[in-house]
Amino acid sequence: MNIDFTPEDEAFRDEVRGFIAANLPRECADSPALGVMTDKSVVKRWHKTLYEKGWAAPAWPEEYGGTGWNATQRFIFNEEIARANAPRLMPFGLTMVGPVIYTFGNAEQKSRHLQGILSGDVWWCQGYSEPGAGSDLASLKTTAARDGDHYVVNGQKIWTSYAHEADWIFCLVRTEQSARRQEGISFLLIDMRTPGVEVRPIISIAGLHHLNEVFFTDVKVPVQNLIGEENKGWTYAKYLLVHERTSIGGVPESKKKAAHIRAIARAERNADGGALMDDPAFQRKLAEIEVRLTSLEYMNLRILADAAAGKAVGPQSSLLKIVGSEVQQALGELAVEAVGYYIEPVGQGALPGGANARGIGPAHAWNVWADYGYGRAASIYGGSNEIQHDVIAKAILNL
Amino acid sequence: MEFALSEEQRLLQDSVRRFLEQNAPLDKVRLAAGNTHTVQRSLWAGASELGIPGMLIPEDFGGMGLGFLDAAIVYEMFGRYVAPLPFLGTAVMAPLALMLAGSEAQQEKWLPKIAAGEIIAGVAVTESIGVREGAGVKAGKGTLTGKALFVVDWAEADLYIVADSDHGFHLVLPDAKGLSRRALNTIDKTRSVGELVFDQVAAEPLPRSSADAVARVIDAGRVMLAADTLGAGQMMIEKAVAYAGERKQFGRVIGSFQAVKHLCAEMAAALEPSRSLVWYAAHALDEVPDDARLMACHAKSHLSEVGRFVARTATEVHGGMGFTDLLGLHYWFKRIGFDRQLLGGPELVRLEAARLQGWAA
Ligand SMILES: Cc1cc2nc3c(=O)[nH]c(=O)nc-3n(C[C@H](O)[C@H](O)[C@H](O)COP(=O)(O)OP(=O)(O)OC[C@H]3O[C@@H](n4cnc5c(N)ncnc54)[C@H](O)[C@@H]3O)c2cc1C
Ligand SMILES: Cc1cc2nc3c(=O)[nH]c(=O)nc-3n(C[C@H](O)[C@H](O)[C@H](O)COP(=O)(O)OP(=O)(O)OC[C@H]3O[C@@H](n4cnc5c(N)ncnc54)[C@H](O)[C@@H]3O)c2cc1C
Repeated sequence: MNIDFTPEDEAFRDEVRGFIAANLPRECADSPALGVMTDKSVVKRWHKTLYEKGWAAPAWPEEYGGTGWNATQRFIFNEEIARANAPRLMPFGLTMVGPVIYTFGNAEQKSRHLQGILSGDVWWCQGYSEPGAGSDLASLKTTAARDGDHYVVNGQKIWTSYAHEADWIFCLVRTEQSARRQEGISFLLIDMRTPGVEVRPIISIAGLHHLNEVFFTDVKVPVQNLIGEENKGWTYAKYLLVHERTSIGGVPESKKKAAHIRAIARAERNADGGALMDDPAFQRKLAEIEVRLTSLEYMNLRILADAAAGKAVGPQSSLLKIVGSEVQQALGELAVEAVGYYIEPVGQGALPGGANARGIGPAHAWNVWADYGYGRAASIYGGSNEIQHDVIAKAILNL
Repeated sequence: MEFALSEEQRLLQDSVRRFLEQNAPLDKVRLAAGNTHTVQRSLWAGASELGIPGMLIPEDFGGMGLGFLDAAIVYEMFGRYVAPLPFLGTAVMAPLALMLAGSEAQQEKWLPKIAAGEIIAGVAVTESIGVREGAGVKAGKGTLTGKALFVVDWAEADLYIVADSDHGFHLVLPDAKGLSRRALNTIDKTRSVGELVFDQVAAEPLPRSSADAVARVIDAGRVMLAADTLGAGQMMIEKAVAYAGERKQFGRVIGSFQAVKHLCAEMAAALEPSRSLVWYAAHALDEVPDDARLMACHAKSHLSEVGRFVARTATEVHGGMGFTDLLGLHYWFKRIGFDRQLLGGPELVRLEAARLQGWAA
């Protein structure tokens, strides 16, 4: 174990920091602090900037456009991104379907899709959950029936984040009724503009529109859009879920949040008129969460190092998911405590569609509530924490 | 000693429960939430028939002359049904301020109107708890100048009771010259709050005002908010249990999984004991003055924490459904969130409790 940064590492850090400072547009740097939802145009712009530099997908293999950085460099990169408060790139392409395509897709699929994901020009969404298939994902009912060189897809997905902004959806569909429910599922890529695809909004607890229902009525999907083998989709889906859970630890996001809370605490007064940051009770709470965040970060690094050394990331990702979501939620609660009364007013800030509009009271309070409300979902999406506890009990502890 | 509700209190709570169940179902709440700053007149008229606006007001002034424990169990029901009604300011804090600090003439003029449900009375005391953004109201010769934030029952108020920075209460009419009013949209769409800005606004002082009177109005408000959270939390538990009994995954209801059972049981184990604390805090306002302020702090801060725990756990049990408007669970989530911050968040209130006990400077 060696945790010192080498002079090369430090030089790399300077390079990353310099690039971000020179290229992150001001409104980009501002927006994540204000809203849980960053405008699509803002994210796209930043994505494009990183892409042009060749830094959009550090985790990808070099042959598909990755950076070839080692784990330390990736760590430094993430740290600098968080420090600069840069917006999070959409995960659905870069960390979800992208790796599935370059791992299980054929040559034609790679050449067709990876480029758009890398450049950020094509946006994806994830069509796994259904009304009857949440935690029990394998019970999904959306069907794809083979008809010549097409599948005909019928059914419904739900909770599909950003489906209303996506160009493509990757879907789990049933291609065969079989005794074992995990068999007979296939992994299909569907163009959102195909006739018969309909998106309906779901308004969230925070009053925002990011969730949707997606309906499929006799949607014709070319067989070329099938990933890997028919009826083997569950394998690919599970690979993706593990990937999703590694990033679901959300370390960079939580670091940003912690920094935001420190800024709030310097600006806010406590009951006696002193800076909240000087209040020992507040300091202790913040310190406790930062300790949890730090241990999460190191656990994440260790798992990434294992992965880099070729070891499969297995059920450990469930630990990341649990700790990561708990830290995120604890930060959300502390931010609420820090802004006090100003959690109450919601301006345009938390109204549908206007996530980044101006609110009432100090700017640092504007989206704290929306963020807190949305944060409650962290223990649900990507497989609920109860399910993750089951995974740990079974797969790690053999209970 | 009998630590239980009386027969009359149980009947009172039942009648309020039935009234709200019938007259304030979720679709009505949704409609009201779209018009936060409009008083639901017909609902308030119904509540008035039950005597609710005047429940604390002495019978001589047309009220029911009941106590804070009665008010607490009523507001618990309001929380349970996320009732979009101006109870906190109009039925509790304003009458109490008038009773504690008003002259006989002021009481005779206003209390019967409140008791009859004829007027809405907003209450501005936030700056007596903590000053934000330089807000605060200064009294001059018969006038007020300054700003009051988070005025309770702000909408369509016929009368405001405003605490100045020297512990004086004042009556202010909404159309007074120099008064500007601004609605605040908050997370909780079932209750109206707003800002008042005073520029030499004519105001009538309550002659018996004192620091103690202001503090007692705040104590009462805090106990009511705790009771509201109790009722809202109880409903969230019931909704979670019901959902756990209906929602199927893996071919069985999710309530059959021990993890889900325990989530529900943890909520019950957290909330049920705090009911006694709320009752005692309300009883202390009526009967145990030496304990009243400390218990109000305890009830407010404890229910804030328990409420947050219940709100997030009930949401967890609902899975993705908990994050949507489809089941409306968020009305309760937000009501509890609002109760937590209004009249002092738990951090501030705990510090106050420590000071009351001589533990902190
Ligand atoms: C904000 C948000 C964004 C999302 N984005 C997407 C997306 O982009 N694409 C997508 O496909 N899906 C998405 N989801 C869906 C998410 O993956 C599901 O909500 C999740 O898998 C839970 O399923 P469910 O909502 O049906 O809850 P249920 O499965 O009905 O669970 C309800 C409760 O029961 C518990 N439970 C269920 N089974 C068990 C068990 N066996 N043991 C113990 N406890 C159990 C759960 O933990 C939960 O508390 C999103 C969800 C949210 C909230
Ligand atoms: C200090 C002490 C004093 C005691 N005094 C007395 C006494 O005076 N008289 C007397 O009769 N007994 C006494 N006991 C015994 C005590 O009642 C038992 O220890 C207790 O009932 C638990 O039983 P167990 O030790 O067999 O544990 P187990 O029942 O084997 O439980 C082991 C673990 O499994 C969990 N568990 C078991 N079943 C379930 C389930 N269905 N769902 C979830 N979790 C489960 C338990 O919570 C526990 O964590 C005493 C025990 C202690 C530690």
